[in-house]
Amino acid sequence: MEDEVVLLDFWPSSFAMRVKIALGEKGIKYKCKQEDLFNKSTLLLEMNPIHKKIPVLIHNGKPISESLIILQYIDQVWNHKSPLLPSDPYQRSQALFWADYIDKKIYGIGRRVWMGKEDQEEAKEELMQCLKTLERELGDKLYFGGQNIGVVDVALVPFTTWFYSYETCGNFSIEAGCPKLVAWAKRCKENYRSVSEALPHPLQIYEYVMELKKRLGLV
Amino acid sequence: MAESNVKVLGTWASPFVMRVKIALHLKSVSYEDVEEDLLAPKSELLLKSNPVYKKIPVFFHAHNPICESLIILQYIDEVWTTSASSILPSDPYERSQSRFWAAYVDDKFFPALRRLLIGATEEDKKAALAEVVEGTVVLEGAFGELSKGKAFFGGDNIGFVDIALGSLLGWIEVIGKQCETKLVSEAKTPRLVQWADCFSAHEAVKDVLPDVDKLADFGLKLRAKILKALAPTN
Repeated sequence: MEDEVVLLDFWPSSFAMRVKIALGEKGIKYKCKQEDLFNKSTLLLEMNPIHKKIPVLIHNGKPISESLIILQYIDQVWNHKSPLLPSDPYQRSQALFWADYIDKKIYGIGRRVWMGKEDQEEAKEELMQCLKTLERELGDKLYFGGQNIGVVDVALVPFTTWFYSYETCGNFSIEAGCPKLVAWAKRCKENYRSVSEALPHPLQIYEYVMELKKRLGLV
Repeated sequence: MAESNVKVLGTWASPFVMRVKIALHLKSVSYEDVEEDLLAPKSELLLKSNPVYKKIPVFFHAHNPICESLIILQYIDEVWTTSASSILPSDPYERSQSRFWAAYVDDKFFPALRRLLIGATEEDKKAALAEVVEGTVVLEGAFGELSKGKAFFGGDNIGFVDIALGSLLGWIEVIGKQCETKLVSEAKTPRLVQWADCFSAHEAVKDVLPDVDKLADFGLKLRAKILKALAPTN
């Protein structure tokens, strides 16, 4: 029986990019449906009535929401290749800890950076602290997952396509503070097609951010 | 089964710590209980074992620390597999649904409950109360879906969502008394009311949930400490 896999997507969303990378790594064929977040579709509202957010993965008609939950689902169902999580329970707990850390921090802080309101300086400081913490966690490894990308790499790398926007809106350099992390992001894009295909160009994200700022009356 | 090298750093009043203890009781794993005083400065052990968040619970297994209660629960479920019940379902879809609802408790329900506890103005409290009540109605719906007519979110046995939500029952009662409202009401959430009774009476739970009066007293002290920390300094 053919699997039917649909992704409710919004192309600038880092959370949706995570799912695309995972589906790419596992070689899963899927249909991608673009959502307009200012005019949400009936399908989205039906598939994620609680949060009304993307990404939503619909597998044979059944919806799964929340990107890290989707990643764990994908890893469990399509377990024939490219494991996203370690098999050792302790290593797995550590990977989930860092993926959760990225969830708790990067999006919210990053948003305060590009929005450019009174708390921007504070947000820049916080962002650099978080990225430095993650850089320390990476250490000398090629990837957070070790020799291959894992759930932490997949959780973080999409945000790197937003770095240019954070830097330009905040007038600072992330590479200056976190050269190893920036190098890691380059490595992910160069060595993993699933990553380079899932991430839009940073300038496209910047264009989107500027449009959004206009719409929100911030520019 | 007695286990050496299993330690829980936490406090009797924290619902997140309660989650870990309930899970260990379910798996019949004995552990060392190390109490952290939430009203005092943070201990060396806490700062060293959870440098990122500096929060309890911290779970130690063979000297390895694990933080974040839901992550700890998954770890416990994966390591101690010989006992009676699984905390998470084995079916991938059901697993994702359990994770979704536990995340809902942590990301939506608990923050609203916390805002209700520490709300400084009447307006703040009113808004938080509306959110909490709405949350209980949503969870009543989730219970219907997940329990499939059985006693718990996990079905016949206590599972991931039961532990995530059930650990909050003491605080739900204390905060409700403070607002002079039953937050989990017979009128709006009859199934949750029944579930709460079953959960609280369960072997693995009854010695973990704290005495409500003791918790109420602690709640006042905690609220004062939080509001003091949030107050603008001159």
